[in-house]
Amino acid sequence: MINLFEVNETNNMIEKDNLDVRTITLGLSLLDCVDSDIDKVCDKVYEKITRKAEHLVETGEEISREYGIPIVNKRISVTPVSLIGGAAAKNSDDFVKIAKTLDKAANTVGVNFLGGYSALVNQGMTPADELLIRSIPDALSQTELVCSLVNLGSTRDGINMDAVRLMGEIILQTARNTSDRDCLGCAKLVVFTNAPDNNPFMAGAFHGVTQPDAVINVGVSGPGVVKYALSKVRGADFETLCETIKKTAFKVTRVGQLVAKEASRMLDVPFGIVDLSLAPTPAIGDSVADILCEMGLEYAGAPGTTAALAMLNDQVKKGGVMASSYVGGLSGAFIPVSEDQGMIDAVEAGALTIEKLEAMTCVCSVGLDMIAIPGDTKASTISGIIADEMAIGMINQKTTAVRVIPVIGKGVGDRVEFGGLLGYAPIMPVNQFSCDAFINRTGRIPAPVHSFKN
Amino acid sequence: MEKVIITVVGKDTVGIIARVCTYLADNHINILDISQTIVSGYFNMMMVVDMGTSDKKFVDLADSLDAIGQEIGVVIHAQKEEIFDMMHRI
Repeated sequence: MINLFEVNETNNMIEKDNLDVRTITLGLSLLDCVDSDIDKVCDKVYEKITRKAEHLVETGEEISREYGIPIVNKRISVTPVSLIGGAAAKNSDDFVKIAKTLDKAANTVGVNFLGGYSALVNQGMTPADELLIRSIPDALSQTELVCSLVNLGSTRDGINMDAVRLMGEIILQTARNTSDRDCLGCAKLVVFTNAPDNNPFMAGAFHGVTQPDAVINVGVSGPGVVKYALSKVRGADFETLCETIKKTAFKVTRVGQLVAKEASRMLDVPFGIVDLSLAPTPAIGDSVADILCEMGLEYAGAPGTTAALAMLNDQVKKGGVMASSYVGGLSGAFIPVSEDQGMIDAVEAGALTIEKLEAMTCVCSVGLDMIAIPGDTKASTISGIIADEMAIGMINQKTTAVRVIPVIGKGVGDRVEFGGLLGYAPIMPVNQFSCDAFINRTGRIPAPVHSFKN
Repeated sequence: MEKVIITVVGKDTVGIIARVCTYLADNHINILDISQTIVSGYFNMMMVVDMGTSDKKFVDLADSLDAIGQEIGVVIHAQKEEIFDMMHRI
């Protein structure tokens, strides 16, 4: 039978080390909402979301109560909207109409975010994809809960450089459209390469076309728990370090698996995957950077950071995969800047630069995330940053992403406040040398030779 | 059997176990196991109980125990057993 020591260990993880389930995300297919009339599309979308997700929030709260574990977010991801609106949308405003409908539905059911205002344009854009992409600045400035992902490349397809160029401009325009709200629109906009279609985390969540009609995906968290466990083995060898991370990741993931199964049963929706990510928050002690420091670095960004992060990421996966039969999504350590107090401290101390973060993205689960950059950064420079990150993903057959926030009217040395889970960020300097002539070339970068596995 | 773990943590005082046990008995909830320690004046107890014999809903049990805890100055949590089983048993 369970003993007092085990009960206390679990409850200390929850109460002292910020263990939580970061999100229950209900993936919903909207393919049956397609129509040639935009108003009918909106009606069908609203009806389906509010019907299918009616009990999502209360179910999350009930599970949280039963097991004493906080479930921070309840979210929805939907089929990429460029596919849903393609037959009806004649212009970008039609897509904005769908975005507003999604926002209204998300508000009605009480979820924290809704993802899937998306286009997947790895190898080229359809007219609908392009209309949706061009509508993003308006859509994100006129809605509150809608998140947008654009997938720009993959190992199989290469990188769509026309879309990369366009997204530099779109990110900048989204910042301008939300400049009265600290450019918050860009915190809800992310570009990916090799985007997983079952990711429960925002802003990159969408419900892929290979998924069932509805599915429950759960994202766990727990950097504080890993840090606490490592503080007990200070000075120990690497084997001990790895064992400690693996055991902790196992325990954290088991909680996610339990919550996922229970949510699936209560909502009568199939269980999809557990995403075993270390997702930090701005709360003290809930930081991935603090884990790196606990391993022996003065700050995240110091020499050795990439190696430490590679090991952390790998051990989290090794511990997590045994805890759940269906692991998916992003699964690994997240390294956002604004959402992680340890990362913010590292940037402010001068230890962490965008270039070092880029190196770190080669060995962890996502990419350049929640990084505030000067508002006068050129669109082509943003596209250059995106292209570099997409190339890392393409060549290494992994997911990479870029979520940068050009903060209009602010420069290096200033700070931007997003509030809540999004935190605050010091504005980081960007390499000032031009990549205009490279970015202005048209076409795409071909798939790499190691993609030919057939 | 519907196993629930009840934990009680707080400054030690007279009658903590009595209050909790009386409430459980009144609501036909059977106690399967109790372990308890006192660390530097702080009371730390864990009970494994079976709700299968009770008409009470889990949420009501949790709320009532929370209220009793506030009354006597300790923190009482009720959690379904599965979270501990999942985490600590393969």
